[in-house]
Amino acid sequence: MEHQRILDRALDNLRDRVLLLGGETETALQRAMYALAERDTGTAEEVLRDDDRIDQLEVEIDRLCVETIARRQPAARDLRFVISVAKITPILERIADHACNIARVAIDLNNEPQLNAPVDLPRMAAHASSMLRTALDAFTSNDADAARAVIAEDDELDTLYDQIFHQLINLMVNDSSTTTRSARLLFVAKHIERIGDYVTDICELTVYMAEAAFIKHSN
Amino acid sequence: MAASTTQAAMKVTIETPKTERAATGSADESQAAAKITVSGLNFYYGPVQALSHISLDIPGRMVMAFIGPSGCGKSTFLRTLNRMNDTIPGTRVEGSVIIDGQDIYAPNTDVVSLRRRVGMVFQKSNPFPKSIFDNVAYGIRINRLTGSKSELEGRVEEALKDAALWPEVKDRLKSSALGLSGGQQQRLCIARALAVKPEVVLMDEPASALDPIATQKIEELVVELKKQYTIVIVTHNMQQAARVSDQTAFFWLGKLIEVNATEKIFTAPNEKLTEDYITGRFG
Repeated sequence: MEHQRILDRALDNLRDRVLLLGGETETALQRAMYALAERDTGTAEEVLRDDDRIDQLEVEIDRLCVETIARRQPAARDLRFVISVAKITPILERIADHACNIARVAIDLNNEPQLNAPVDLPRMAAHASSMLRTALDAFTSNDADAARAVIAEDDELDTLYDQIFHQLINLMVNDSSTTTRSARLLFVAKHIERIGDYVTDICELTVYMAEAAFIKHSN
Repeated sequence: MAASTTQAAMKVTIETPKTERAATGSADESQAAAKITVSGLNFYYGPVQALSHISLDIPGRMVMAFIGPSGCGKSTFLRTLNRMNDTIPGTRVEGSVIIDGQDIYAPNTDVVSLRRRVGMVFQKSNPFPKSIFDNVAYGIRINRLTGSKSELEGRVEEALKDAALWPEVKDRLKSSALGLSGGQQQRLCIARALAVKPEVVLMDEPASALDPIATQKIEELVVELKKQYTIVIVTHNMQQAARVSDQTAFFWLGKLIEVNATEKIFTAPNEKLTEDYITGRFG
């Protein structure tokens, strides 16, 4: 009984830390996009500064996963949970890195005249952010169906990326003075598109955790 | 001891793990076939029913582990596989245990011959107060399995090698077996069981009294032995079951709850009872 309480405490602690990391990552993405849309260099710099906290959280969760496996030897659903946490953690950290890259672009663009480009990057970012939030909810509630639904949403993000890609290329072709700024926005679109892929990875791990089914590369 | 059929018996058939089949090719098909088929087995200690409607196939040349809480019937079931329970007064068996097509509970079964084919290793090592050589030679001699001294010596050496004990004892075969360490004594008992060339080896918690190094040697030995023998092992140590077995059967209150590939049992068992047990959430 005592052993079980210790294992449950370890698993609860892991879950709390991942949710904290997920929340920090989601905030980083939202603030980076805010900094980009509102030309707010201060907020962009805060995103970069706060990334250290996310990195430390990743290290802490890694250490907790190793300790839990070594000392508690989880099995079955507990094992799948710990393995999923160990894999989701670096994914969240990479999403935060993409948020940092968006913040860096925001800082660069803020040193140049505003580009009135007809591209809806905020919509794309909102979609990615919503996917991330729903994916974390699905992970927390061990809900494979919800995770699968998020995976299906990645197609829409890819479609938005393609639209923005072509809009920005056309802008560069038609007005060469926008080339640098358009290229920077193109990078932002690519970062958001990659975040969608990472969210898909999180959802695949949630399906594994809930159902012991390996769906990655299954299509 | 009359055999009877039980309509309600649950039949559990095990799939050979894909990796095992792939690794050994077509020759493995015969090995994957059931060496032991248990059907509708009930077992009673006097009026108390200890096993209920157990049906399962134990594949040849693999390791099957039995796990479950104390008193769940796993050791009792193990002992039904070579009729060791016959020695306990007031016990009764229903159902059938078929080994290579022969029902071991049929009236004409030669129980001595059966126990030669289905050897057993116990929790506590129990070497005879004899020399290392005589311990291993004991079963060969009483079963009159060899005709010459050199043949006997060859069989003893072979058994000690199979039990991974030969390098440690080859220079002191005439020394008392009681002078060996606990782990060595247990491997000697395994050598003694192997010396009569059994087809199946039953192991009842063979490493529970050993230190981690001796336990590791026993576990490596078990994995090695499955190339030649069908191994059935009872263990309280779930990590040990996970390490050494190809298939795992979970028992609870005298019932077989689930039998499956070990990887499946320890990562995604089908039954909630199994999951609750291996994650420590029982009761």
